[in-house]
Amino acid sequence: MSYFIQQLLNALQLGSIYALIALGYTMVYGVLGLINFAHGDIFMAGAFFGFFIAVMLKLSLVPTLLLAMFLAAVLGIAIERVAYRPLRKAPRMSLIITALGVSLFLENFTRATLGGQQRSFPKLLNVQEFALGGATVTNLQILIIVVSLVLMLLLRYVVQKTMIGKAMRAVSDNKEVLALMGISLDTVVMATFGIGSALAATAGILVGMAYPVIDPYMGIAVGWKAFIAAVLGGIGLIDGALVGGFILGFVEIFAAALLPSTYRDGIAFAILIIVLLLKPTGLLGRPVVKKV
Amino acid sequence: MSFLEVENLEVTYGAITALRDVSFSVEQGEIVTLVGANGAGKTTALRTITGMVAPSKGRVIFEGKDLLKVKAHNIVASGVTHVPEGRGMFGNLTVMENMELATWTRRKDKGQLKKDFDRVFSLFPRLAERKSQKSATLSGGEQQMLAVARALMSKGRLMLLDEPSMGLAPILVKEIFRILVDINRQGTTLLLVEQNAHMALKIAHRAYVLETGHVVMQGSAQELAKDSRIREAYLGG
Repeated sequence: MSYFIQQLLNALQLGSIYALIALGYTMVYGVLGLINFAHGDIFMAGAFFGFFIAVMLKLSLVPTLLLAMFLAAVLGIAIERVAYRPLRKAPRMSLIITALGVSLFLENFTRATLGGQQRSFPKLLNVQEFALGGATVTNLQILIIVVSLVLMLLLRYVVQKTMIGKAMRAVSDNKEVLALMGISLDTVVMATFGIGSALAATAGILVGMAYPVIDPYMGIAVGWKAFIAAVLGGIGLIDGALVGGFILGFVEIFAAALLPSTYRDGIAFAILIIVLLLKPTGLLGRPVVKKV
Repeated sequence: MSFLEVENLEVTYGAITALRDVSFSVEQGEIVTLVGANGAGKTTALRTITGMVAPSKGRVIFEGKDLLKVKAHNIVASGVTHVPEGRGMFGNLTVMENMELATWTRRKDKGQLKKDFDRVFSLFPRLAERKSQKSATLSGGEQQMLAVARALMSKGRLMLLDEPSMGLAPILVKEIFRILVDINRQGTTLLLVEQNAHMALKIAHRAYVLETGHVVMQGSAQELAKDSRIREAYLGG
């Protein structure tokens, strides 16, 4: 039983991280129909922002987190402005290739300027263990889960209740009519990239604290997994990203617990393939209706 | 200078010329209609005014301002609203959310907004009943009402309407047109594009007839409704 609770907590922790990153994929897809392959690298950049803020400015956890979120938002918005916006009317394929290019650029530029070695992430939290029903929990685990849940609830509020959130949902329904309402698509896209990137940066710092090492390629595997989570839940849907993130977290942790741990990625991808075969629009996705 | 002045407009899509040397004007307080068959260029004319299509030649002047220099999303703030062809619903958003988005440019003015919502809901009681329903689940007539309600919430001085009668039962068409007359009486100028020339000429003050991208006739709606050529071509004899 205690073993089960232990794994449950691990799964919640991993699922929160995937969900935080998956939200960025799904939001950008919802607004632009673009898979932003550079999103995993924003997660990495967020971890590095956190690293330098904590090491050089010696800030504590909360200001480090907030400042890194802000910087990542600026980076995400800048990438959209420079690399994606000029291609908004170009064929979809050009945009996808560009996104892959941006991803490789961020990884290699970071490696070239900062070096490819792993860096140990500064201790932003005095980690303490305590017992919970026979399992051992750390305050870091709780922090990761709570911060993620709070941000998810906050995002849900923004998307459901605020004007910019309503505009984000409206874009996926009808881009053209948005302008007739007096709303600039660019404003909505900027907000989307900003919010998604800030969430990814949070995930980057939380992963940095948990591991606790970071490197320029840390975004690749996690980015792909989060992308899978978004597709699994139904890309373009906020709730889909949350559901997909947690399912993937649970599957990976329990696959590793029951089978040799080398199977866990294989199982994650196998699940993706099976779900998409059975339900191409993802678990929460509605079937695509072609309008005449 | 007229309220809205469209001069020598030319619009091409690739090799196809959608509008050729089209000029028309709208005076403040009028209902003006552009009638014509499918493909005559009526929709293109409206889309050019609100910046959704860029013309190769011509001018669009509203209240003395060159609208072709205004970005599409700033046209509303200049005072022109557009009820698009096919109603342009945000289908996954509720009726209320659709209307709220139309208030984007004046979202800070909470007190006035409350009054405007009340006014528009009193004009469309059916929308008030369906406030929290997703707009995709509304009937065609209700969606058309919502499209007009949205434009009202944007508070323009000139409202462009693209085929508000399309796909609606005759009784609903009558209701929509009755509301349009109301809206006009309350001070909004209307530029109405219609295939249903019969209804459009009934409520309009003046009309222009478009054929394959240019204006072939113009005049008071009353006169045009009596004209034998119009009766033959658009009013079923």
